[in-house]
Amino acid sequence: MNTTTASPGEVLLRGRGITRRWGGLVAVNDVSLELWRGAVHAVIGTNGAGKSTLINILSGEFPPSAGTVELLGQDITAWSQPRRARAGLGRSYQRNTIFPSFSVLENCRLAAQARTPRPWALWEPAARCGPSNEAAREAAARTGLADYLERPAGLLSHGQKRQLEIAMCLATAPQVLLLDEPLAGMGAEETERMLTLLAELKADHAILLVEHDMDAVFRVADRLTVMVNGAVIAHGTPDAVRSDEQVQAAYLGGH
Amino acid sequence: MDLATFLIQCLNAVQYGLLLFLVASGLTLIFGIMGVINLAHGSFYMIGAYMAFALSAPVASTFGGGFFSVLVVGVVLAVLLGYVLEWAFYSYLYEREHLQQVLMTYGLILVFEELRSLIVGDDVHGVPVPPLLSAALPLGEVMTYPVYRLFISGVCIALALGMYLVFTRTRLGMMIRAGSTNREMVQSLGVDISFLYRVVFAAGVALAALAGMVAAPVSSVYPGMGQSVLIICFVVVVIGGIGSIRGALVAALLIGFVDTFGKVLLPSAAGVLVYVLMALILLWRPDGLFKAG
Amino acid sequence: MSDKLHRPSAGQIGFVTAVFAALAAYPLVAGSYGLDLVAKIMIFAIFALSLELLVGGTGLVCFGHAAFFGIGAYAAVLLSPEYEAANLLWLLPASVGAAALYALAVGALSLRTKGVYFIMVTLAFAQMAYYVVHDTPLGGGTDGIYLNAKPAIRGVFELQGGVVMYGLAWAALLATFALLAVVSRSRFGRALAGIRVNEQRMRATGFATYPYKLAAFTLSGALAGLAGFLYAVKDGYVNPELMSWHLSGSVLIMVILGGIGHLRGALIGAFAYVLLQEFFKSEAVFGEFARHWHLGMGLVIILSVALLPRGLVGIPAQLAARLAGRASRRAEAQPGLKEQR
Repeated sequence: MNTTTASPGEVLLRGRGITRRWGGLVAVNDVSLELWRGAVHAVIGTNGAGKSTLINILSGEFPPSAGTVELLGQDITAWSQPRRARAGLGRSYQRNTIFPSFSVLENCRLAAQARTPRPWALWEPAARCGPSNEAAREAAARTGLADYLERPAGLLSHGQKRQLEIAMCLATAPQVLLLDEPLAGMGAEETERMLTLLAELKADHAILLVEHDMDAVFRVADRLTVMVNGAVIAHGTPDAVRSDEQVQAAYLGGH
Repeated sequence: MDLATFLIQCLNAVQYGLLLFLVASGLTLIFGIMGVINLAHGSFYMIGAYMAFALSAPVASTFGGGFFSVLVVGVVLAVLLGYVLEWAFYSYLYEREHLQQVLMTYGLILVFEELRSLIVGDDVHGVPVPPLLSAALPLGEVMTYPVYRLFISGVCIALALGMYLVFTRTRLGMMIRAGSTNREMVQSLGVDISFLYRVVFAAGVALAALAGMVAAPVSSVYPGMGQSVLIICFVVVVIGGIGSIRGALVAALLIGFVDTFGKVLLPSAAGVLVYVLMALILLWRPDGLFKAG
Repeated sequence: MSDKLHRPSAGQIGFVTAVFAALAAYPLVAGSYGLDLVAKIMIFAIFALSLELLVGGTGLVCFGHAAFFGIGAYAAVLLSPEYEAANLLWLLPASVGAAALYALAVGALSLRTKGVYFIMVTLAFAQMAYYVVHDTPLGGGTDGIYLNAKPAIRGVFELQGGVVMYGLAWAALLATFALLAVVSRSRFGRALAGIRVNEQRMRATGFATYPYKLAAFTLSGALAGLAGFLYAVKDGYVNPELMSWHLSGSVLIMVILGGIGHLRGALIGAFAYVLLQEFFKSEAVFGEFARHWHLGMGLVIILSVALLPRGLVGIPAQLAARLAGRASRRAEAQPGLKEQR
């Protein structure tokens, strides 16, 4: 499941020296990381460690106070969030951002629509847009929702909603996935399903995973970054991090 | 424009701005703390002005009081009105969407206007300036400035100071500020948040009504006064930043100057100038000048 | 603008068809008062539909929509030559264009704000337009301006007679309804629906949301201008009250009274609102008290918003749910409740 020496594939996303200050508070302090295709890179840390801020900066919700973000070799630090998404950076949220009154298919189709040449087309019914329908069905099938296409998203179980959240991400055909606590609130069985999905997805994507579930993280991550108070205190393979003294003291409490 | 005229216009601008501040502070408070956008706020201003008119005879005959007694009685009545209104109507608005709040309070404006029409009629009334304050201060050789207008400014400044002290120095003020950012936390500390909201609302109503009462001798009492003040207050709150008392003060004074000098220098464009100002400020700061608090 | 899961039901299509058919047949039985009243209702229905695009379709609560209505109306009068009929083929697009232009300008500035700010800012911009026509000689002041000759297409078509005006209003309403129905199902319309539910998610997916909102705002303003144009041409008279914020409030109430999120809600709301107004104003029912009709309207507004959050359109569904003994559907969040401040 988890190779100890995964050789770096193509680097898809690179963050260098990312810093974010809010007035006097430093939320993220000089964080650098790389995401490469074929690997899951997990970011863990205590509450308030700056993980959410980091992922928000990478996805483009607000700019860093210092540092750069590169996607496929291009400097995207000044790019808006929609522009990054169209360039292949997908993002899922900790709280569900699905559209509850749309069906599963409509959720995915709307997401896929962003990549069509004229997403603002005024005349043809959206339901008849071939490319977005195809992309939507594919994304739904990959996340195991193929049997639920017509169901209103609000009626799905919590686990299914989290899967839909990922499906909407996939519908935009991203190369990089930034996943913010996809396992939040899930039971054991649902967690299994999600982890299997992540293992499948990592083959052709670069994945950043922010998570609190330590068992899951150690199962699926190829690299780990540990943050405390906005700064990185450890970085490396899961085994290396697990045995790092600083991490044990600050966070794992002697796992 | 010679110096005396300029000075008079400045004083007028300050007085108008301070009066706007008084009304707008209630509006921004109610929105900042309870999250309710209250279109009927202008109606409280109108109610205050009509109280100043309607109460002068009864107050005089009951205990021989003059203008100041009317003010006191009016404020008491306004607080009571605010208390009852919050309990009977506004407390149901807290959890609703802004659109619903807008429409329900709009309906309330219509109800207030017609009730006023039924109770007091639609005539325009004047309220006499109290004899104590009816003098005029000389300014330069020829001009004078009415003492009453200085009184209005004085009242507004005193209330602004009072608000500042309450918010920063008292437990009540601290609870109010805490309640605006974290309702559940304050509740778990044993504070009765419903009561707190009722107090804040009643205070907002009283501020607007007092503004109306104090302005009545100068602006006279007429049916449309609530609505014209309401929209300007919206501009004040938008420019100043919702929930910010300090912002309301700065914005109100800014508008006071733009409006007053606009009327003198460009009379036909005066009505529009305030909105142009708002547009320019929003281009620069979409969230207003100050943050809440 | 609906986010219905499937195409509109047969019942809904049937309902709308029936309404248009009934409206088409109405001149056969109506007197001149009824004709004028229903023409007015149809014009307000266009106005309400234009706002529904913003409120129900995009989630933008605009409290200054009367400005665009009024500009369409004033343009119709101001752009007409003083004593002869203007060319309808030119005057209509010009008036609609004027309204669209103001909507573009107001939208470009207002859409930088969100939530309550947006509501207040749109109100303030409408007041700006109001004061321009109220205070400056441009608008003729409180007396208003008369349209001395109604526009026509020379040699082909003249707007003489209540029936012809009624027919023009009916055609415009049908065209507007059809346009918005197509738009709501289009990719543009679905993008707007997504923006209404969760703008953040739309941005994270790759939609630059500002241009979409601005386009919706401009289209909405243009349609409101169309309604204003028709209103001015029907009555031959415009005054600043056509831009007052009371009208902005009234059209917002029509939309919510009928039911947000449904095109036919705007139709129903316009009818219900104007008929209610006629009811409260009628001296036959209320005698002398009729001059206080605002009281009745105010109470109706408060009660309808409080008790019918889904509007009149939602009544069949509410009844059905009540009969089946279920609580409100899980699929839709409880309407009217804020998710967060």
